[in-house]
Amino acid sequence: MGRLSVELCGVELENPVIPASGTFGYGYEFAEIYDINILGSLSFKGTTREPRFGNPTPRIAETASGMLNAVGLQNPGVDRVINEELPKLRKCFHKPIMANVSGFSVEDYAYTCEKLDGQQQVAWLEVNISCPNVHGGGMSFGTDKGCAAQVVRAVKAVTAKPVIVKLSPNVTDITEIAKACEAEGADGISLINTLMGMRIDLKKKKPVLKNTTGGLSGPAIFPVALRAVYQTAKAVSIPIVGMGGVSSAEDVIELMLAGATAVEVGAANLVDPFASKKIIEDLEPAMDKYGIKNLKDIIGGAL
Amino acid sequence: MKKVILNIIENRALTSTVYEMKLSGDLSGITRPGQFVNIQLDGLYLRRPISVCDVCGDTLTLIYKVVGKGTEKMSGMAAGQALDVLTGLGNGYDTSVSGEKVLLLGGGVGVPPLYMLAKRLICEGKSVTAVLGFNTADEVFYEKEFAAAGAAVRVTTADGSRGIKGFVTDAMPENYSYFYTCGPEPMLKAVYKATDTGGQFSFEERMGCGFGACMGCSCKTVTGYKRICKDGPVLEKEEILWED
Repeated sequence: MGRLSVELCGVELENPVIPASGTFGYGYEFAEIYDINILGSLSFKGTTREPRFGNPTPRIAETASGMLNAVGLQNPGVDRVINEELPKLRKCFHKPIMANVSGFSVEDYAYTCEKLDGQQQVAWLEVNISCPNVHGGGMSFGTDKGCAAQVVRAVKAVTAKPVIVKLSPNVTDITEIAKACEAEGADGISLINTLMGMRIDLKKKKPVLKNTTGGLSGPAIFPVALRAVYQTAKAVSIPIVGMGGVSSAEDVIELMLAGATAVEVGAANLVDPFASKKIIEDLEPAMDKYGIKNLKDIIGGAL
Repeated sequence: MKKVILNIIENRALTSTVYEMKLSGDLSGITRPGQFVNIQLDGLYLRRPISVCDVCGDTLTLIYKVVGKGTEKMSGMAAGQALDVLTGLGNGYDTSVSGEKVLLLGGGVGVPPLYMLAKRLICEGKSVTAVLGFNTADEVFYEKEFAAAGAAVRVTTADGSRGIKGFVTDAMPENYSYFYTCGPEPMLKAVYKATDTGGQFSFEERMGCGFGACMGCSCKTVTGYKRICKDGPVLEKEEILWED
């Protein structure tokens, strides 16, 4: 394999760059403008047991060097994802994919994961216990290590595929949650989901977002993500997928030095639909600049 | 969708808050009236979606109102500057269903996308009445341009300082085969009630990406959930579900 290749939970990736869930749909909007098979993989839009519209609009707000979203897990539900979206995705993307799953109860997570376990193209289940925009689910599982452990146990019981748990930074100590997931057999950890934030419209004197709060993403959160990856890499021995404000090949290298095996690109895809492609193309020149022969050799190099 | 660099060739004030910007470059991504472009501006993270007013050869006309940081920044730009733009976004208006006597109803900065539409419809041999609504005489723009394109123009102002006093719905002709509209939501609701033919409405919503990836601008319709940026901004009258 080439200089960019990495291995994530036993599955080889041509490069470590993975568009993050919720910023890449099911891939085909981007396949209209470039061949998305250059990507390492992609994590598709967060999927739940039942179809969801999500939160009322406005559900997007701009911030300094970033944005808030309060989409609230809009998705057509796992059955339509399997029957309609994944067949369309298969036509434009031929590599292993990451299935992002969310839920409102432990049973929800297990139900959805069991269904996606039957999908051959799905190589990893990314279990999102960190969505800040839904009530009575999502992040509430990721801010308590007991709840996080229960979700991991239930999901591990229904799938043989690697389970990567996506964690919230909105906690006192992210390493405690990561360790609880590892103890229940999680195969990897992905972090960070968005940071909870808000904006107020000065003309209306009311929150910009109808949901009041939303998740902050974009370059503003990169240092927070890097810190969380670094701390978690020191605390667990399972692989880490790092994300949060990644906008350049240099950001990818920094996250890998902090302990990430692969890196997800989120908000950058929304601002520049070619962002993930450009990051991949810029990786080798950046590696040359910093004297890096193979990317896999630098994972955790700064620990 | 295409990502292109466009050069500003003109940027001038039409009223105290509304500007007309002309840009040149590759506009092949724009295929229908009612589509929009999404503009990257230095120092601002998200792009700014602006509806297409006209495409003539390799010249794009945008009309925008200064309402926030992005449009304020745009208003200060000059000929010669270049912009990174995503073009050809959104579905746009479908002119194939219009019939022969077409009514256009525009309010404020909802007027611009109707200009390219008027030209397209007239080019297709249809007769066009354009009702352009504003708050006061000072805010009126593009009346002459619509007339020059061959449309019968009626201007309304809320305070009666120009044209017919009232709203666009107070100046509708009796007979028309189909209508197209764009404007603030209260106006769209009034148009929905006042019209008795089929028609198409262009909506506005805060967007993340502008090309269908983030689900930031979704709305509920009779035919399911739609993304304003990708499945819209134009919706058919019969599929609209008003919220609140």
